[in-house]
Amino acid sequence: MNADMSLQLQQQVQRAFEEKLALRIVGGNSKAFYGCPVSAEALTAEALSVAEHRGVLNYEPTELVITLRAGTPLKEIETLLDDNGQMLPFEPPAFSEHATIGGTIACNLSGPRRAYAGAARDYLLGCKIINGKGEILTFGGEVMKNVAGYDVSRLMAGAMGSLGVLLEVSLKVLPKTETESTQLFHCSSAEALDKMHAWSQTPLPVSATSFHDSILRVRLSGASKAVIAAVNHIGGDAMENADQYWQDLKEQRLDFFNTEKQLWRLSLASDVESVIVENTDEDDFLYEWGGALRWLKSDMPAEIIQAAVAELDGHASLFRRTGVFSDGERSTIFQPLTPGLMRIHKNLKQAFDPNNILNPGKLYPEL
Amino acid sequence: MNMNDNNLQSGNKVSLLKELLKLLPEDAVLHQAEDLHPYECDGLSAYRHLPMIVVLPNTVNQVQSILRLCYEREVPVVARGAGTGLSGGALPLENGVLLSLAKFKDIINIDAKRRIARVQPGVRNQAISQAVDQFGLYYAPDPSSQIACTIGGNVAENSGGVHCLKYGLTVHNIQQLKIITIEGELLTIGGSGLDSAGYDLLALMTGSEGMLGVIVEVTVKLLPKPESAQVLLAAFDDVVKAGEAVGNIIAAGIIPAGLEMMDKLAISAAEDFVHAGYPLDAEAILLCELDGTNEEVLEHVSKVREVLQNNGATEVRTAKDEAERLTFWKGRKAAFPAVGRLAPDYYCMDGTIPRKQLPRVLKTMAELSNEYNLPVANVFHAGDGNLHPLILYDANIPGELERTEEFGGKILELCVEVGGTITGEHGVGMEKINQMCVQFNSLELTQFHAVKAAFDPLSLLNPGKAVPTLHRCAEFGAMHVHKGELPFPELERF
Repeated sequence: MNADMSLQLQQQVQRAFEEKLALRIVGGNSKAFYGCPVSAEALTAEALSVAEHRGVLNYEPTELVITLRAGTPLKEIETLLDDNGQMLPFEPPAFSEHATIGGTIACNLSGPRRAYAGAARDYLLGCKIINGKGEILTFGGEVMKNVAGYDVSRLMAGAMGSLGVLLEVSLKVLPKTETESTQLFHCSSAEALDKMHAWSQTPLPVSATSFHDSILRVRLSGASKAVIAAVNHIGGDAMENADQYWQDLKEQRLDFFNTEKQLWRLSLASDVESVIVENTDEDDFLYEWGGALRWLKSDMPAEIIQAAVAELDGHASLFRRTGVFSDGERSTIFQPLTPGLMRIHKNLKQAFDPNNILNPGKLYPEL
Repeated sequence: MNMNDNNLQSGNKVSLLKELLKLLPEDAVLHQAEDLHPYECDGLSAYRHLPMIVVLPNTVNQVQSILRLCYEREVPVVARGAGTGLSGGALPLENGVLLSLAKFKDIINIDAKRRIARVQPGVRNQAISQAVDQFGLYYAPDPSSQIACTIGGNVAENSGGVHCLKYGLTVHNIQQLKIITIEGELLTIGGSGLDSAGYDLLALMTGSEGMLGVIVEVTVKLLPKPESAQVLLAAFDDVVKAGEAVGNIIAAGIIPAGLEMMDKLAISAAEDFVHAGYPLDAEAILLCELDGTNEEVLEHVSKVREVLQNNGATEVRTAKDEAERLTFWKGRKAAFPAVGRLAPDYYCMDGTIPRKQLPRVLKTMAELSNEYNLPVANVFHAGDGNLHPLILYDANIPGELERTEEFGGKILELCVEVGGTITGEHGVGMEKINQMCVQFNSLELTQFHAVKAAFDPLSLLNPGKAVPTLHRCAEFGAMHVHKGELPFPELERF
């Protein structure tokens, strides 16, 4: 099962570089819905399949580090860590059993624990990539503290393959928390925000929060006595089957996500009271991350949603779209960048992928 | 430098000075030798240059105008915070402008509800925690220079501290930056949410050592102060046992807030200096700090005590009160100056290694110490593998600094060899530029240069630091063949 496909992948990228052919990087194909379809000429873009490049290269639990080939299935990694009493602290969504660690890092998606433990990028210690010239390069490493050279590894997190093909990643892992308990409260969104902010001012062991359908849920994780004390402190009703709930939230299997509408992901300051978008109401929002992440079901035009969120100094991305994709949407799947930032983005794209062959147009048409 | 260069430079200096005086008040532009001296080095005082001109702007507009001017005239610019850096990152250039951010001292806004503070780059690290203490919050990264070092410098170096294992580095604790590009453009990186659209430029800027842009504002994330903190001190008759204990604490599922190791020489130096009550007969001590809720700390203290005892600790003490906790830490925090009393000079190294490699690295270091006849004291952020060997030397003995640097270089190369890195938290700067050639190959260095060019096409921001030229590496590689003897010691190290 485990195989080192580096050379084959490198050769394919080198050939694409020489022939200036666009490549569509595919891992487990679990998040193909995310971002724009690889652009243009692009419909014919050749697939670069990383899924077979898999295997655990180094894992010693006491070092709190794991190094993996990018095609290693997320599920396999989570099982291995679990067997050793550890976890990926950013609780990544998989969206399919085929999800790979490479795709997870390339999309920088994190789950309910993100606001309390950090994002995928926070746990990325190093990576080996193939840049757009077909060169294999290694950045960062397998140690927690490393400031040699620019932090190119973290730059790869969320770049969606547009700067390099991930070959290997090293991640910091943490011990699983001893005990978890979820409390729920029936309240309004304003009350939910108040409660979540009150908790965040104190050292309570909160590890996840959500609010939708007039229910606020809070998960507490830690040493068992600490969790019991925290439960007593915050009150509320104990939730049954909470593990399943947080899994379903992370994997977007809750009823909320069962919709014909487009699903928007809004990232904004946690205390924003409400995002005003025409033709939407309270039930179209689901809050996570203490209020800093909000899912919105809406068919309103991208420009309207993104303008409303920009007004609040946040950003909105169209996470799951419906209907036929038109090229006109390319620049608004993700929140448009300011001209200054776009110039830097284009320069960086040029620096890593001068022939524009790696997932062109996946993030923005210019990249 | 020949006469022509001198004339050319003084001609440049005069006309640049004239332009700068149009942008800034007279007392914000320093150009006389006696005014320039305080800026000739940073915390790595072995390297010194006088800058051509020092500017001390106090508005963002002024920074923009200065950079535009330098860009037009192709004059290099070195940004500087408090100058406490230990790798020569703020070492001035003789033909360049030194841009001090010292006047940017305002805490612009504290938002306790969002747990963030928006501050200017010249605000001291510790001043942030002090200012937000009233809300029960603090800023987690705590480099040992935190009384003096500024947040702008912390971002430029991605500073760490003793609490990194649990709370992360600077990169994990900031949310937004405002930077000025070399062309004078103001860019806002990051946002008010937990992530932002596009590439992770926040991470790229953090630790970029002033090579990509000048930071003019930082939004830091704040944490609620833990309810309780407790520290254990354990003595060992063998450093290997101490190292194993560290692994076993983590295997027990506990992430300590701080986990520090000191070796015999460091222990005795610290004890002589601050009388922390350290056991002088120990080969190594571990300090393990646990924080969290009262219940959590109680539970973890008893678990850690058991692990330490099972690992052969000859003694385990738990601080009986807050005063004793601070005393335990005092010795560790004073370790550098304490070791400094043992010799006229000391050279602080900063490699990180996979923790399991500690015995091998300590053994090789002891052998090198004999070979070079220079003592080494070891202070170790044991939790995250960040090693600070302190080499004792006397700069007044001809050739001793050079031998020390060579010894230090070998330690760093050893760190790379065992799977670690040449710098955990002090940065590359000027100091470790040669060792970058050991850690990265020419393709990787070329990629770094391309990243720099994406921000700074003319290479005017802190040029010559952090990332060596391939030419330099070729020379360094050639030097290696000659047992590290510098063939041209008089050459400038760029």
